[in-house]
Amino acid sequence: MQPELTQPEATPSERSSGARRFAKVCEILERHGHDAAKLIPVLQQVQEEYRYLPEEVLTFVATSLGVPPARIFGVATFYSHFALKPKGKYTIRLCDGTACHVRRSTAILDALYERLKLNEKNNTTPDMLFTVETVSCLGACGLAPVMVINDEVHGLMNPEKAVQLVDEIVAQEREPVR
Amino acid sequence: MDPKSTLTIDRMVVPINGERNLLDLARRVGIDIPTFCYHSQLSIYGACRLCLVEVEGRGVVASCSTPPEAGMVVRTHSEEIRQMRRIALELILANHEQTCPTCSKSATCELQRLTRRLGVEKVRFKPTHKPQPVDRSSPSLVRDPNKCILCGDCVRACEEIQGVGAIDFAYRGAAACVVPAFGKDLNQVECVNCGLCASVCPTGALTPKWEIETVWKDIENPQKKVVAQIAPAVRVALGEAFGMEPGSIETGRIVAALKALGFDQVYDTSFAADLTVVEEAEEFLDRKGKGERLPQFTSCCPGWVKFAEQFCPDMLSHLSSCRSPQQMFGSLAKQILPAQLGVAAADLVVVSIMPCTAKKYEAKLPKFRQEGRPDVDHVLTTQELAHMIEEAGLRFTELEPQSLDMPLGFKTGAGVIFGASGGVTEAVLRYAVEKVRGQRLEAVDFHELRGEDGVREVSVEANGATLKLAVVHGLKNAATLVERIRQGKAQYDLVEVMACPGGCIGGAGQPVSRDAEAKRLRGKGLYAADKMMQLHKSQDNHLVAECYVRHLGGEPGSSTAHRLLHTKYQNRKRIHGESLTVLESGPSQKLVVSVCVGTSCFVRGSQTLLKGLVEYVEAKDLEDAVEVQATFCYERCDRGPTVRVGQHVQEHCTLDMACQLIERELEQAANTSG
Ligand code: SF4
Ligand code: SF4
Ligand code: FES
Ligand code: FES
Repeated sequence: MQPELTQPEATPSERSSGARRFAKVCEILERHGHDAAKLIPVLQQVQEEYRYLPEEVLTFVATSLGVPPARIFGVATFYSHFALKPKGKYTIRLCDGTACHVRRSTAILDALYERLKLNEKNNTTPDMLFTVETVSCLGACGLAPVMVINDEVHGLMNPEKAVQLVDEIVAQEREPVR
Repeated sequence: MDPKSTLTIDRMVVPINGERNLLDLARRVGIDIPTFCYHSQLSIYGACRLCLVEVEGRGVVASCSTPPEAGMVVRTHSEEIRQMRRIALELILANHEQTCPTCSKSATCELQRLTRRLGVEKVRFKPTHKPQPVDRSSPSLVRDPNKCILCGDCVRACEEIQGVGAIDFAYRGAAACVVPAFGKDLNQVECVNCGLCASVCPTGALTPKWEIETVWKDIENPQKKVVAQIAPAVRVALGEAFGMEPGSIETGRIVAALKALGFDQVYDTSFAADLTVVEEAEEFLDRKGKGERLPQFTSCCPGWVKFAEQFCPDMLSHLSSCRSPQQMFGSLAKQILPAQLGVAAADLVVVSIMPCTAKKYEAKLPKFRQEGRPDVDHVLTTQELAHMIEEAGLRFTELEPQSLDMPLGFKTGAGVIFGASGGVTEAVLRYAVEKVRGQRLEAVDFHELRGEDGVREVSVEANGATLKLAVVHGLKNAATLVERIRQGKAQYDLVEVMACPGGCIGGAGQPVSRDAEAKRLRGKGLYAADKMMQLHKSQDNHLVAECYVRHLGGEPGSSTAHRLLHTKYQNRKRIHGESLTVLESGPSQKLVVSVCVGTSCFVRGSQTLLKGLVEYVEAKDLEDAVEVQATFCYERCDRGPTVRVGQHVQEHCTLDMACQLIERELEQAANTSG
């Protein structure tokens, strides 16, 4: 079950971006001559359009390449580069490598899950603001436990600090833009 | 021996006979190298690392992917090799659910067998897999990912032999698993329920779905009369479960066993097969006469029928409209047996004993119900029957054979050979050729139709006319043949398709066998049974003839016969899923327009249509009122492109038509609201 998305009403330009993206997918498929051997570049370019690989788009890609959908799903889940779920505006990646794990990264994860009402399966907030992921070793073990928000690295984390960072982002997002 | 074409294996000098790898060679000379991921019919995967051998000067290699070379010196069970195999097995076992005694595969599990054989005594590794839910969605199979050892046999069987590709590897590392697309349930994807995956799976990860308990319940219920029909292929395979030779004909003992289990009457699906022959041959002669809808495809294999419904929508009108023998039996039994057995219709339970998992799916189709009751209530595979016999403690081999009940237990040899690939065609020819020639057909054997090749083509002369026939098994072969027919590269009058390799005798519900010979022997058994019978042509089955007079409107093809014995096919979508919103409408959304981009509509240009529609909506500034979606399959594939505008579904849709529909709908909406 997908969480219900409480998205703000789309503006007309956002709305027709769906059509543009779909046209783009068709174009990508055409550019690759509907050739099943080009599956990976096709998926890469499709993901650039949607920022993830929606199931229905994959089914469409499967149809037009003449490949079973199960095969496409296999490829899309094999490479960590591909995402099958939309991600939030802020992707929080928490390191669960050995060094971070022994320094109790699990407690941080639990705190984030609790704060954002997420779990391992549903790891994106319904407002599409946050996605919480774990990764094995970010290569910054000296700063363990390490957490990365989008591209910003935060070292020597603890549950309180992590939640505080989240709160800051929430506050900042609430502020009127102008 | 010529040293140029020999090698040494375990100190034996043996010739190389063109084997494709060391494994085949070793097995030929009697050394059974253990494997999980090797099947001679499938491509080589090389992942299980059990088939390791040592080649002098090269070290340890996987024998399944090493071609034999002259002069090689091979050792198959050195200390090092034995250790390595054990470790490979231990790693597999660490992640395998430890509930073996309760697994339906327990007695025939390859994993258990090899664990014993290779002497693994304990597992020193920790599991890395998290428990996954068991998928029981399919009417035919149970998929338990916790027992999967990732050998990939099922994946390759489904793709390479059936051309379906319903399951595949997904994720990686510790999360790697074999799943249907998008992790959906098996009944929501294009699986045709053939069970081939289960018959190659070395563990209990894919198994036929058992319905033994519901059958026991009905047997126990004093109000119910429970009758059985036995499919042809069952009689030549059930004995295997009790140590008998494959192919030994055990009809009499099966009847005895079923009676002892508590079945009230035991009949023969072959009776219904004779009926199928009559209906199908008449249909064929009629079409041939008119030159209509040729080739006629057989329709007795539900795996093939679902495959055609999903992948060959353009061929559905070519399928014989005859129900399969199982379903003909069911509808007829429910029609005539209540009166004959003195039981209320609701209390008659029809159980079929089938070699097949797809029959379970077929029996559950809503179209095969009358007055809310299924024509066939339960389907047991040969395996399940063997299990019930064991459970009841019957010594099968010592049972005194009994005879089948009448009239639905009477058959000719034609109805028996149905169980082997080529048998349906042969049975139909025994009818059709006699009728065309207008004189008694004495030589009833059509040897040229028998055999094991996946595609066989035969021409038969009858009264100056040539009948062109094709027999295929394996759905990938069928798909290739259909493509050749589409392209006009092949022309036939009649095409027989069976999903399972070898036909029903090779069905996934048959006793699990590691012996490639078994299937051949079962086939031989069926043709031997035909030989032993007095009658060989369905038209000579006088009880079938009587049945026409008393219950089926007097003659083949009558309207009663059509109601009870024939069926219709439908386009079926391959995968369940949501539609994709291409152009989202504004808050005042009124009209949803969905364009099918499923395969059939796609090849008919629905993508261009969709593009055109988006342009139209944008050009006319209708974005606020119209939402455009791409969707998958309205199950009208033969009439595509299919477009839905509001509630209206338009077949053979063009861009103009779609635009007009949108205008009309919007106008109507404006009128009603204004
Ligand atoms: S039952 Fe047949 S079609 Fe379905 S997954 Fe298994 S092999 Fe494929
Ligand atoms: S389900 Fe069975 S055949 Fe398929 S990969 Fe797993 S163990 Fe092998
Ligand atoms: S049989 Fe050779 S690796 Fe599995
Ligand atoms: S593909 Fe089935 S209706 Fe379009």
